[in-house]
Amino acid sequence: MAAQPAGLTELAADMKSMDRRERSEALIDYADQFEEVPAEVAARPFPEQNRAPNCESEAFVFVTDNPDGNLKLHFAVENPQGLSAKAWAVILDETASGRPLEEVAAIDPHSIFDVFGSDLSMGKGMGLTGMLQLVHHEARKRLRARARTH
Amino acid sequence: MSVATDLATRGYVHADVLVDTDWVAAHLDDPKVRIVESNEDPLLFTSNHIPGSVEVDWARDLNDQVRRDYLDKAAFEKVMSRLGVSKDTTVVFYGDKNNWWACYAFWVFQLFGHTNARVMDGGRLKWEKEQRPMTREVKSYPATSYSAPARDDQKIRIFRDEVRKHAEAKKPMVDVRSPAEFSGEKTHMPEYPQEGVLRGGHIPGAKSVPWARAINPEDGSFKTAAELKAIYEGEIGLKSSDDVVAYCRIGERSSHTWFVLTYLLGYPKVRNYDGSWTEWGNSVGLPIEKG
Repeated sequence: MAAQPAGLTELAADMKSMDRRERSEALIDYADQFEEVPAEVAARPFPEQNRAPNCESEAFVFVTDNPDGNLKLHFAVENPQGLSAKAWAVILDETASGRPLEEVAAIDPHSIFDVFGSDLSMGKGMGLTGMLQLVHHEARKRLRARARTH
Repeated sequence: MSVATDLATRGYVHADVLVDTDWVAAHLDDPKVRIVESNEDPLLFTSNHIPGSVEVDWARDLNDQVRRDYLDKAAFEKVMSRLGVSKDTTVVFYGDKNNWWACYAFWVFQLFGHTNARVMDGGRLKWEKEQRPMTREVKSYPATSYSAPARDDQKIRIFRDEVRKHAEAKKPMVDVRSPAEFSGEKTHMPEYPQEGVLRGGHIPGAKSVPWARAINPEDGSFKTAAELKAIYEGEIGLKSSDDVVAYCRIGERSSHTWFVLTYLLGYPKVRNYDGSWTEWGNSVGLPIEKG
């Protein structure tokens, strides 16, 4: 079984070693880098099927296919105060876009708590997990399709 | 403390418990005022906040880190010292989610008798909508030596066995959770996960008034006293002479309703059942109503 993207594992280990303030500042830096899904990929109103379940920040997840068959991840976060969702979107894009589908499908949901800290509220944890669920879904869908054609 | 004109016209019994955004803007550098942000989202304060404000984190600062209870006197004194607050400091709370967590922090401060406390009407939402200054600079203040009384769990807090007697006596109770939680259809807030409650429903006799009905959603400000009376007195029949218990899931949303009933409508006896539904809905043998 494939391991999750090494970049995410390294980032999670770094974040885990930070104190609360360092972690918050790092996450806000990630959130500041957030760029919404390009209009040519998706435009409002975003389809409900792209809405991350349980996410109170109203995150939407989109993917486009790279020529090599791997994925480029895109996100929208409708709640302007959805800093955690924006940070997680940037981290997922940085570490998982372009990685082999097997690695993307293997992203461990526990990474969310390594990145955001154990004091992440259950509500936020579920929302971020909902974003990851959609990423998993897209990767696994393509892996199944690939398996059928081989 | 003077009350801003708009707040003074809303008919609140204790209007001076609120300050408006203008008042806060005029007291940003007042050494006798400490502005305290308390949010659900732990990233918000670090991302930006009212200049000079300090943070109180509801989970880390206000709760005991081992058992389910609030911090004790010694821990509260440490928090106040860290915030640079002394007895004569006016603490002004504000935060996200319509001041939900600000009211929760305010309530915990009242357990230790820090009555020199206010809530900024509208909270973070109103301040941001008015495009007032925000900063990422975290200001620190010289530590104080704060001596708190022992935590008073009698006046504004109530425990399960007393709540049971209260329910059996058919005294008024306000369930401030969402309608789906009240009916028993869900055991958690909409969009929030199931958080370990075995049974859904409400305490027998409780009436449903979701906490956020006390708020104007466009700017997070509190509704007028007349509007609040129409809800709490007109719809569920509360009277200011009532002995009222408010509860939710863990006592946070109900601290907001406690604040509204106690200060804005002036009810003298309102207690917050912080054990709330995560205790009642898990307790063996306690009566539950559905629907």
